[in-house]
This record gives sequence, C-alpha cells and structure tokens, in this order.
Amino acid sequence: MTDPIIRMTDIEKHFGSVIALNGVTVEFYPGECHCLLGDNGAGKSTFIKTMSGVHKPTKGKIEFEGKEMNFADPRDAIAAGIATVYQDLAMIPLMSVSRNFFMGNEPVKKVAGMSFFDHEHANDVTMSEMKKMGINLRGPDQAVGTLSGGERQTVAIARAVHFGAKVLILDEPTSALGVRQTANVLATVDKVRKQGIAVVFITHNVRHAMAVGDRFTVLNRGKTFGTASRGEITPEQLQDMMAGGEELATLEGSLGGTV
Amino acid sequence: MSDATNDDERIKEMSGLRRALIRPELGGMVGTVAVFTFFLLFAFDSGMFNAQGVLNWSVVSAQFMIIAIGACLLMIAGEFDLSVGSMIGFAGMMIAVFGITLGWPMWMAIIVTFVICIAFGALNGYIVVRTGLPSFIVTLATLFILRGFTIFIPQTLERKTIIGGIREAAEGDWLAPIFGAKIFTGFFQWLGDMGVIGVFTRGNLEGKPVVDGIPMLIVWALGLVVFGHILLTRTRFGNWIFAAGGDAQAARYAGVPVDRVKILMFMFTAFCATVFAVCQVMEFGSAGSDRGILKEFEAIIAVVIGGALLTGGYGSVIGAALVALIFGVVQQGLFFANVESSLFRVFLGVILLFAVILNTYIRRMITGER
Repeated sequence: MTDPIIRMTDIEKHFGSVIALNGVTVEFYPGECHCLLGDNGAGKSTFIKTMSGVHKPTKGKIEFEGKEMNFADPRDAIAAGIATVYQDLAMIPLMSVSRNFFMGNEPVKKVAGMSFFDHEHANDVTMSEMKKMGINLRGPDQAVGTLSGGERQTVAIARAVHFGAKVLILDEPTSALGVRQTANVLATVDKVRKQGIAVVFITHNVRHAMAVGDRFTVLNRGKTFGTASRGEITPEQLQDMMAGGEELATLEGSLGGTV
Repeated sequence: MSDATNDDERIKEMSGLRRALIRPELGGMVGTVAVFTFFLLFAFDSGMFNAQGVLNWSVVSAQFMIIAIGACLLMIAGEFDLSVGSMIGFAGMMIAVFGITLGWPMWMAIIVTFVICIAFGALNGYIVVRTGLPSFIVTLATLFILRGFTIFIPQTLERKTIIGGIREAAEGDWLAPIFGAKIFTGFFQWLGDMGVIGVFTRGNLEGKPVVDGIPMLIVWALGLVVFGHILLTRTRFGNWIFAAGGDAQAARYAGVPVDRVKILMFMFTAFCATVFAVCQVMEFGSAGSDRGILKEFEAIIAVVIGGALLTGGYGSVIGAALVALIFGVVQQGLFFANVESSLFRVFLGVILLFAVILNTYIRRMITGER
C-alpha cells in the first residue's frame, strides 16, 4: 500500500457556535476513488472546502504528500495540485469550450514583445482533450451552454487533470444528471483514477458511490463513522449509516426498499 | 464511452445563418449597411457626403464610440457605469477650474483631471466589488454626486456654470494638442489646392480647405476601438473579462482575479469618459456644468444594440463601435435631411427595444436553452 496523498487528521470546523465538523480523520490514496457520503447537512461540503482551501480548519492537521499544509485561499490549494469541480459552478455557459478550458491558465504567445492569448494552441489542446474524454465538439468555439450537464462536468474534470491535479474533488457531480449522463461522468472518474489521481467523490447517492468507489467514508452530523474498503460494506449498510440508522429503516420498509 | 459517439448523430450541422446570428457584431454590421444605404438614397444631395458632411458625422460618431468602448468592456465584465455622463461634465469642469481659475499649465490640469477621474472610477469599482451591491445603484449615486460638484464648484469659484478661455490657455501647450489638434492638415490643404475638396472663397480663411484635418477625437476613437477589440479577443485579460461577467464565482474558482478585472474596467470607463471630456473642452474652448447629460445611456444603448448582453459575459467592441457609427450618421443625417432632431431619441428607443428582443433570442441560441 502506497502512502496517502492527503491525510486529514482530527479536523474540526466551527462556525460561531455551530460545530460543522467535529473531529474528522480521513486518508486519501492516489489512484483511488474515495467516496464521501452523507445526508444534507452532514458536513460534506464543509469538509471538502477545508481541503480545497476555502475554509481554514478550527482544529486539526492537513498533510499533503507527507507535509503539513496551511492553505490561505483556494489558489494555494490549486497550486499544490488539489482541484475542485463544483456542481453548478464548473463552467461559464456563454463562453466557448476552449476559453473555458483555459480559464485562469491562458496560454500566451509573444508578438512584438506583447503577450497574446494563443487561441490556436488552446483550440488544439481542447479538441484533443475532449476527444480523449469521448466528447465530440462541433468546434472549440462551441459555447459550453450547448453541452449537457454531464459533458460540462467532464470538461471541468478534463481541465483539472490537464493542469496537473493530483487530487480531484468532485462535489456532487451526478446529483443533477440523468441516467446516461451519470454513466458518462462515472466512466470519466474511472479514467481519471487509472491515471493515478486521487478522486474524492462527494455524493448522497449510494448506487453512484458503489459504482466507482474504492473506499467509502460516511459523514453524519459532523462526525465520521470510519472508512470502509470496497467489499467490506453493503449498500444497505451505507444507506443506514448516512441516515443515522433508525428512521430510514422504517421508511424503507414502507417504500419497499427502493430509497 | 460509446454513448458520446452515438450523440454525434444528434448534433445537427449549424446553418450558415445561425452561425452568423450568434456573432455579436451582426446587428451592427447589418445596421451600418442599412443606414448608409438609406441616407445615400435619400439624402445624398443634402451635403451629408461631401468632405464637410463626412467630417461632421464622423466627429459625432467618434464621440459615441469613445464612451461606448468603455461601457462595452465594463458590461462584458458584468457591470454598468451610469456615472459616465456626469464624469464627462465633471472632467471638463476640472480642466477649466485647474487651467483657468487656478491658472495651472494646461498639461498639468489635464493630467490631474485624468488622475482624479480614474480614481473615481476605481472607487466605483471598489465599492461594487466590496459590498456586492448592484453597480446600477452605486454608479447612480456617483452620477448625482459628480453632477452636483460639477455645478457647485464653478458656482462657488466663478459665480457661473460655464468657464471659457480654454483654447487660449492651451495655446503652445505640449499635451493639449493630443486631444484638441488636427492631423494631416498638410494633406487636406493639398486636397483643397487640387480641388478634391472645397475651399473657402472669401473671408480670412480664403484658400483654406473646408476640412482642414482629422480631429484627434477621431484618432482616439479608432485607437480605442483597436485597443479594446484586441484586449478583449486576443489577450489573457480579455478571457478574464468574459469570465468575470459570465459567472464571477465560477471564474474565481478557476483562479481568475475577478475583483481586479472589474475595478480595472471601471477605471477604463472613467478613462474613456475623461478622453471624451478633454477632447470636447479643447474643441469648444469652454467647460459647462450640463455637458454629458444622458451620455451614459447612449453608451449603454450602443453597447446593447452592438450585441452585448446586459447581464454580462458576452459582447463585442466592434459591434458597439459600429452602432456608435450608426448613431452619428443617423443623428446628423436627420439634421441634413431637415427632419426634427428630437426624433433621434425616438429612433434610439425603438431600435433599442428591437435589439434587446433579438439579443434574448440569440442568447438562447448560444446556450441552447429552450
């Protein structure tokens, strides 16, 4: 077993008098898809925002590649190689795929001492990266708005990988998608994992988690129930842990086990 | 991944018309052709297309262009500036106060005015990004504050609201000609001598051509169009402008310094307004408290008709510049054609409405919404 790329130890995060995270310890390994499950309000978002530099933990230690890290803002985390793809905020619909792909990392070429956006290079890279991910574009100038939700997530993931992410955090990438689009995104996650990148997959859908996850951590009310590897746990157990055990079991009975 | 390839058959080839329609400049291009065709057919003999006439509407178009370019880049970055008109009046008055009332050399008056106005632009931007308030409200406040000062300051110092004598004060100055001079005067004298353009036949200007050069105002307008267009479409900063206006939060997550981009665009808008003001006071030789009224709306109208979306993230400098050209031609064309000039405002209102309706449709086409 390799060393973890990120180790989060005893992370606590308080917002005023509210304790959002109360001592969470998780390790993430390269080349694995680590699913972070939990119901709404369980602390998933706070946890990943702590990891990606948006929030500073009130207590606890973040170790990245064995070194302790203190991210001042998201740019620090991005520079270190921790990329986050947010569900709705991944792409700008009115801009072309190529402009979106290079947003914040625009390639420049010098003409007469001045820097210009190298559109040719940007377009070539975008087309080839999209092909790798299985998205056929009409052209690199096609607006992102014309892509489906799943394709947008895929473009965002491809972008993060292209710019050297070592850890890829996906914030509920499948929650707003249809069945086929979800399958596409899950396939993308699988490709990314095979490139040796640590994927952190946030979801509250146990079936999506089971489809790609290597490890599962359930958060509930700011605490973790520990981490289980694939095969050590059944979907039913995960579901129960997310709900805190009791209520859902009775609900599930009346709904015929379909939740 | 076969799903994605199967999707291919569902991507229909885009028709040439649709492809052209989603270019933001289209409206401006069609409008320019239409307006020129119209006036060439109906007002050709009115003197609108001889040297004097061309210069006449070119100057008006250039004025529209200068403020439209600032408003255009700012709107694409997702913000408005309603204080442009007041800024024009304020900047002109500052030059008059510094240069005439206080008797500073003109170059110093111009530079200090630029610094003050750009600082006001920066303040607008800073307040907008720090408070998160709509720029509509923040700059509406600036509109009133600046207009108030533009009336108060000359009233207090000179007991009048128009300060003249600027042309005389600018005589021999090294900086003032960059805004007030004319270029290619020798070439136009030659054209006059050759009989290509008319010459004055009596008076103290006898023998001089009726058009004696290209005003620097037009040079500034064209220069700003080229600068704005290249900045927006060909640079990394241009991509940030689009990103900041398209979705500020998404842009921030991607590492774009959104606040800096917005503040810089507010400063650029103020810069454009000041260029307009300096050219105007150099041309008129005076500064007035009522200069620039309604200019902010004319700028915004030009930008919107030029294909930019009010909500930001999409637009074109070329489109805005073409519409500014149309405005100049129509405003002066109505004058040449002896049509009541107040109808120009009716024209503005009507095409604004059409353009906005068309834009909404185009936006749906780009983003594929239904």
